[in-house]
Amino acid sequence: MIVVTALVVGVLYALGTYLLLQRQLTRIVIGLALMGHGANLLLLLAGGRAGRPPFVGSDEVGPVADPLPQALALTAIVITFGVASFLLALAYRSWVIDRNDEVEDNVEDRRIARLADRREEAP
Amino acid sequence: MRVLLVLPIVLPLVAAGISMCLFRRPTLQRMLGVAVMVAVVVASIILLVRVDSDGVAVTQLGGWPAPTGITLVADLFSAIMLVVGTVMVLVVLIYAIGQPGTSQTSPWFHPIYLVLAAGVAMCFLTGDLFNLFVAFEVMLSASYVLITLGGTEDQVRTGMTYVVISIVASTFFLTAVGLIYAATGTVNMADLAGRLADLPDSVRSALGLLLLVVFGVKAAIFPLFFWLPDSYPTAPSPVTAIFAGLLTKVGVYAIIRTQTLLFPADGNGTLLLFLAGATMVVGVLGAIAQDDIKRILSFHIVSQIGYMIMGLGLFTVAGLAGAILYTVHHIVVKTSLFLVSGLVEHLDGTGLLRRLGGIARRAPLVGALFLLPALSLAGLPPFSGFVAKLALVQAGLATEAWLIVGVSLAVSALTLFSMTKIWAGAFWGAPEGQAHPEASDARQRGPRLMVGATAALVIASLGIAVAAGPIYELSERAAGELLAPAAYIEAVLAR
Repeated sequence: MIVVTALVVGVLYALGTYLLLQRQLTRIVIGLALMGHGANLLLLLAGGRAGRPPFVGSDEVGPVADPLPQALALTAIVITFGVASFLLALAYRSWVIDRNDEVEDNVEDRRIARLADRREEAP
Repeated sequence: MRVLLVLPIVLPLVAAGISMCLFRRPTLQRMLGVAVMVAVVVASIILLVRVDSDGVAVTQLGGWPAPTGITLVADLFSAIMLVVGTVMVLVVLIYAIGQPGTSQTSPWFHPIYLVLAAGVAMCFLTGDLFNLFVAFEVMLSASYVLITLGGTEDQVRTGMTYVVISIVASTFFLTAVGLIYAATGTVNMADLAGRLADLPDSVRSALGLLLLVVFGVKAAIFPLFFWLPDSYPTAPSPVTAIFAGLLTKVGVYAIIRTQTLLFPADGNGTLLLFLAGATMVVGVLGAIAQDDIKRILSFHIVSQIGYMIMGLGLFTVAGLAGAILYTVHHIVVKTSLFLVSGLVEHLDGTGLLRRLGGIARRAPLVGALFLLPALSLAGLPPFSGFVAKLALVQAGLATEAWLIVGVSLAVSALTLFSMTKIWAGAFWGAPEGQAHPEASDARQRGPRLMVGATAALVIASLGIAVAAGPIYELSERAAGELLAPAAYIEAVLAR
């Protein structure tokens, strides 16, 4: 079970990284969300084997699952959700301004690069 | 004593909530913001004095003992950073109130700015790795909104880069926390210090380097700095100033804290020194080709992060004391330089050197306010930058790290070149092609609050130079605590 979860974590990170390298902001957002899910699963894995009861009751049930990683994952999920909604709002704003959501080049860098090209061409 | 640790975080957060409800009453918002930040500054100063006299201050939130509960802890290093940080937040807030523009047209500036203040304070005070992640997120979420508050095309374009790279770093942080918890079973930093030492060397090194990458992105060290010079300059001046002064330095704080407390035995010194040298050189060379004042200054932020990492990389008391002194000096001087660039943009409507000129003749006070911190940044005596660089160079010579000392001195000279370029382009020469040739005398002096706030910071940086002796001794005590963390660990785990 742990191996399967670990594999899922790896696949989520790989997909997230691939999507992150695209130019459309919507894909980047999805990529970040996938990486976030991977990280949350990893947190859950950090708590140890699956299958143990979640808390101590009045009966003797043996070892219980570690509650801390679950609390950490819950916090992280909330944060990822908030930030992803902000990014989507930003993507929408970008679409409103110029009707596409591509991440653009740095204007000032381009200008300086052109300046350098011109100097090289000059005799 | 305990309440002092909680106040710098809780006060701005509560005030942010109230401020949000007051969105129709801008005057009340401003009064509330300033009053709260004054209270936080006072609390931080009392905390620093108490920590200096009584030792490490600790409180456990909710009464859960460490390592189960969340710990707030202040040693000298975090108390110093907290005082400098909150003073900057207050001064820039006053500047923002005086500036006609963004801060006044948007009712959301004040609440979000207060959230940023709370996040920064929490970063400095937390003693828990996961809580540090949450603090970073509080601070960064506020900064995402501040940097795109105007919603203009430029701000959205550069804001995207900033937000995406920050989220990637945060995901790595979360991954690192998960892996560290899996390996040790705790996220309390004092507890981790002992348990990480028991891990196999290879596992510990991997965890340490992962955290270094995470904080390296936040602190903009080589080769993870590329997002900074692009994203900072488009924000409104007060926002750029507080980002430049504080946000990257929170990353530096986290690097110093984790490398000294959690991974002291890993021998990362050489790696850190290499990164420091590369950061200095790349930052200063990047600045040379730029034409916009804010972009030049942004590249210099990168360059100067290198000096702080250099002090850490030496791993001696003198080196760390130099790094702390340099960080304090840098926060004050860098913030004031960005505030002056805001004044220049306010006077002439642009920050492009090719369109500026002759400000020193038209507005001599603004010229003086730029010249003093600029010379200090380049490290000329008798300013604070000279004292801080001298401390670092002496520490480097003491450990015979000749190469990094040579690099740091060469980069100083190049910094002076950049500052001269701004001075020659914007402040000297005939006042040609200004955007507002019809501007009246009153406009040429700049709004009183903006100039006053900037002047206060410049005077503070001169104060650092005058009081360099006592401040260096304080940094030395803080560095001693960092390199011998037994007292810190004992104070956290004892309660």
